[in-house]
Amino acid sequence: MSEKYVGRPVDRLDGRAKTTGQARYAAEHPYPDLAHAALVHATIPRGRITAIDTEAARAVKGVIDVLTHENAPTMKPPPAQSLLNPSTMVTGTSVNYLATDEVHWNGQPVAVVVAESPEAARHAADLVRPTYEELPAVVDFAAEEPNATPQKSSAIRPAATDKGNAEAALAAAPVSVDLRFSTPPHSHNAIEPHATTAAWDGDRLTVHESTQSIAWLRSHLAQRFGVPQRNIRVLSPYVGGGFGGKGSVWAGTLLAVLAARATGRPVRLALTRAAVYHTVGGRTPSTQRVALGAESDGKLTALIHTSVARTGRAGGMPEQITAASRHLYDSPNIRLRQSLVRLDLLPNTFMRAPGESIGTFALESAMDELACELGMDPIELRMRNEPARDPVDGKRFANRMLREAYELGAERFGWRERDPRPGSMRDGRWLVGMGVASAYHPSFQLPANVTVRLGADGGVVVRCGLQEIGVGAATAQAQIAADELGVPLESVRVEVGDSELPEAPMAGGSGQTASAAAGVLAACRKLKRAALDLARKSPGSPLRGVTSPEARDGGLYQGSRGETYAAILTRAGRDHLEAAAGMGMLRFLAKAVRDQRRWVKAACGAQFCEVRVDRDTGEVRVSRWVGVFDVGTVINAKTVASQLRGGIVMGIGLALSEETLIDQRTGRVVNASLAEYHVPVHADIPRIDVHCLDEPDPTMPLGLRGVGEVGITGVGAAVANAVRHATGKRVRDLPITLDKLLPL
Amino acid sequence: MTQIRMRVNGVVESLDIEPWVSLLDALRDHLGLTGPKKGCDQGACGACTVLADGVRINACLALAMQYADKEITTIEGIAKDRADTHPMQQAFVRHDGLQCGYCTSGQICSAVAMLAEHAAGMPSSVTPRQGGTQLTDDEIRERMSGNLCRCGAYNGILDAIKDVAAQEAP
Repeated sequence: MSEKYVGRPVDRLDGRAKTTGQARYAAEHPYPDLAHAALVHATIPRGRITAIDTEAARAVKGVIDVLTHENAPTMKPPPAQSLLNPSTMVTGTSVNYLATDEVHWNGQPVAVVVAESPEAARHAADLVRPTYEELPAVVDFAAEEPNATPQKSSAIRPAATDKGNAEAALAAAPVSVDLRFSTPPHSHNAIEPHATTAAWDGDRLTVHESTQSIAWLRSHLAQRFGVPQRNIRVLSPYVGGGFGGKGSVWAGTLLAVLAARATGRPVRLALTRAAVYHTVGGRTPSTQRVALGAESDGKLTALIHTSVARTGRAGGMPEQITAASRHLYDSPNIRLRQSLVRLDLLPNTFMRAPGESIGTFALESAMDELACELGMDPIELRMRNEPARDPVDGKRFANRMLREAYELGAERFGWRERDPRPGSMRDGRWLVGMGVASAYHPSFQLPANVTVRLGADGGVVVRCGLQEIGVGAATAQAQIAADELGVPLESVRVEVGDSELPEAPMAGGSGQTASAAAGVLAACRKLKRAALDLARKSPGSPLRGVTSPEARDGGLYQGSRGETYAAILTRAGRDHLEAAAGMGMLRFLAKAVRDQRRWVKAACGAQFCEVRVDRDTGEVRVSRWVGVFDVGTVINAKTVASQLRGGIVMGIGLALSEETLIDQRTGRVVNASLAEYHVPVHADIPRIDVHCLDEPDPTMPLGLRGVGEVGITGVGAAVANAVRHATGKRVRDLPITLDKLLPL
Repeated sequence: MTQIRMRVNGVVESLDIEPWVSLLDALRDHLGLTGPKKGCDQGACGACTVLADGVRINACLALAMQYADKEITTIEGIAKDRADTHPMQQAFVRHDGLQCGYCTSGQICSAVAMLAEHAAGMPSSVTPRQGGTQLTDDEIRERMSGNLCRCGAYNGILDAIKDVAAQEAP
C-alpha cells in the first residue's frame, strides 16, 4: 500500500468503456425529437453570394429548414483576442457564419440544412444552389511567399531573435551549409470527425461536443449567442482524438447551436470527413532556410533559421517555427526570423507541436548535413554544441538531459553498428540508413480548478473539467490523488469532461496533466490538513497531538499512531470533507512571467530511426525506432509511452506521406478524405522503443512535463537523415515520397 | 420505407428504413448501437468494422437491406457472454492498444475476425508462397492495415492481438 502509483504502468481507467463500445461520443447522445443538420460549402475561394436557391432542398421529404444568410438568426461577431482572456484565443475564424454574404475560402459553410434524418439533410444540402460574384483570390503559397511580412512577437513568443552577427559569421565560417526546406499543409484527421449535439431549453443550452476546450467553448458560445455562461452546459466526456484540431471553435459547432435555436429542435451536426477538411483549419505549410557555420572541430559559429508560413485572411494562428533553434545549440551568432503571408484559404490552426514539429525538421536536417560536411558523427556534432545555459539569453534550463538521452539511445539503438558512408549498408535489395535528430518542446502550465471530496466510506472524488482526448488524463490524476492522500487507486473516481465541473484550461500545449496536477495536489493537501484538524479536535482520536502525519493506508499516520479518513469522519459525524484549489488568471500570469524570466522549461529527447529504401522503386520503409526522452517525472509508464509513440507515428506520417493538397486555381482541398490523405497504417509502423529518463523537473508540479507533443518533434528529420544515409540523397521537401529519391 | 428484420448480437431486430440507409447508420441511428463508429463513411478508416456472419466488413459501405438475413455482430456483442468481455477487449486494455477510443471498436472486431481468417488459411499479400502459416508481426500488421488509428496505438494493438493469438493457440 505504501508503494506509489505515480510511475506505474496502470491500465487506463476508461479502457473498459472504450473497448466495449459503451463510451458515448458527441454524436451519440439520443434526444427525442432530434433533428440532423448538414452543411453546404462554398465552391469559390473569395467573393459574394448574389443569390441562393433553396427551393429544391426544401422540397426534399423530411427537410425542416434551410438556413442561409438571408434567413438565419444572427450570432454576435467573434470576440477580439486578448491574453488576459484565454477563451478568446479559441476563435477558429473571424467569419460570422450565415450573417454575411461574403465568402473567404473555398469550403466556407454558406447554408445549413436541418432535416428529420441525416440522409435527408445530406441529400438536400447537395441541392442548395448558391450563385456567386467571384473576386480575385490569392491561394498559391509558393507564389505569394516573396510577399511575406514579419510575424509579430507575442508576450511569450518572440518572432525574431538576433545574437551577434550571424550572416557575417556564416560568410567567415570554414565549414557551412545553407539549405532551403519546405513542408506542406497537414490535417489533424482525428478519427472522430467533429460533432455537436445541441439542445436549447428556453435560453438554456446543452451542448454535447467533441472539444479540447470545454470551458473556453462555453465562454465563446455565451458571447456569440448572448446568454450568460451559467446557462450553458458543455459535455465532452470522450473525445475521439484532437491533436489541436478540436482546440478552437469552428463553424460546425456554431451552426449546430444556431440551427437548434432557429428550429426549436435538438440538432445533431456530425461533420462528414470532407466537411472537416473544409471547415477546420490544419497545419500551415512552410518554407524555411537553415544556414549553419562551424569551425572544423564542429563548434557552431553561426545559426540562421528563417521561416515563411501562412494564415488565412479570415484568421489563423502564426506558428513559432524557429522556436527550437533558440534553445538547441550553443552558437555565438544566432539569427531567427518568422514571416507570414495571408491567403484566401481556411485559416490554419495549431496541430501537434505547432512550429517545433516542422521547425525541427529543417534545423535537424541541416545539422545532419553539416555533420556530413565535417565528416563527423551527427551525435558527436550535437554534443559539441550542447549548451550549458540558454544560448540566446543565458537563462538556466530547469533540467535538460539531452546528452543522457543520446547516450542511452545510441546504446539501445546500436548506433555503433552504423557505417557512416552513405549507401554503404545493404540488406539484399534494401539500402539501409540510420539517422538521428533531437526532439524539443517547451513545457507549459495553466491554472486549473479542482475539488477533491473525501467520503466517510473512504471514497475519493476528484472533479476537474479537463478534457479526455485519449491521453489517459483522468487515470493520471487518479494516480496523483491516490498517492497524495495515501488511498488505494480503486477508491478514487475522477470526474472530467463537463463544464459544470471546476474550470480547467484547454487540452493543448502539452500542459493539461501538469495544470490539473497542481490543482489536485493543492486540494489534496488542504483536505489532509482539514482531516487532521478534525481528528485533533476529537478526544478519542489517536492523532491528537500529532503535527505532521504521513498519508498512507487510507488515512493519516505518524509511526503507529493514526487512523483512516473514514474513522476520522465517522467519529466527527461528517459524511464528507471537500477542498478546492485553483488560481486566478492574473495571479497565474504574474507567476508565469516570473518563472519564465528564470527558467527555460522544455521536454527534449533523441530520436533514432532506421529506414530501408528499395533500390529499384525508392520505397521508404521505417524499420526500427528508438526514442529516449527527458520528460520529467513519468506519471503513468503505460500511457506516457503510448503518447510518445503516438507522436512518433504522426511524425512518420509527416516525414513520408502526409500532405493536404490544395488546388492552386480554386483554393479547394482536393484530397479531403482518409483515402487520399495518407496517415500511417499498421503496416507502416515498426516496433517503437520508447524510454523515459524519468528525472523530475524541479520547476513543475511533481516534476512532470507534458508528453503530448515532444514525440512528434525531430521525427521528420530523423527519417530524412536516415534516408540521406541510406541513399546519399538529401530530401528537403516533405513528404519524402519515392519520386524525390529516384533514380537511385 | 421498408421493413426488414436482422439479427444483431443475437437479437432479432425489426427496422423501418429507406433503401439507402447504410448498415452503419441503421445500427447507430436506428438501433442505438453506437459502438461501431463513423470516421469517414467511405470505407477508408475501418472504425465501423462489424462482423456479418463472422466476416469483417465496413458497415459504412454496406446497405442495411442487403444484410437483412445475416447475423450482425458489433463490439457490443463480441463477447460470448454479454456480461463479460472478450479476451481481445481485455488484451487491448492490458497492452494499451487504444488512446482516444474512437477506432477501438473497429480494431477489436477486425482483430477477432482477422485471427479467424488466418486460422482458416486465408493468405494476405505478405504471406510467403510456401510454408506461410505463421502469424508473424508483419502478417498481423498487413491484415490490420484497413483499421486506422490516428493516436498511433499500433504497437499496443499488435501486442494485444499476439497475446490473444497465443492464448488461442492449441
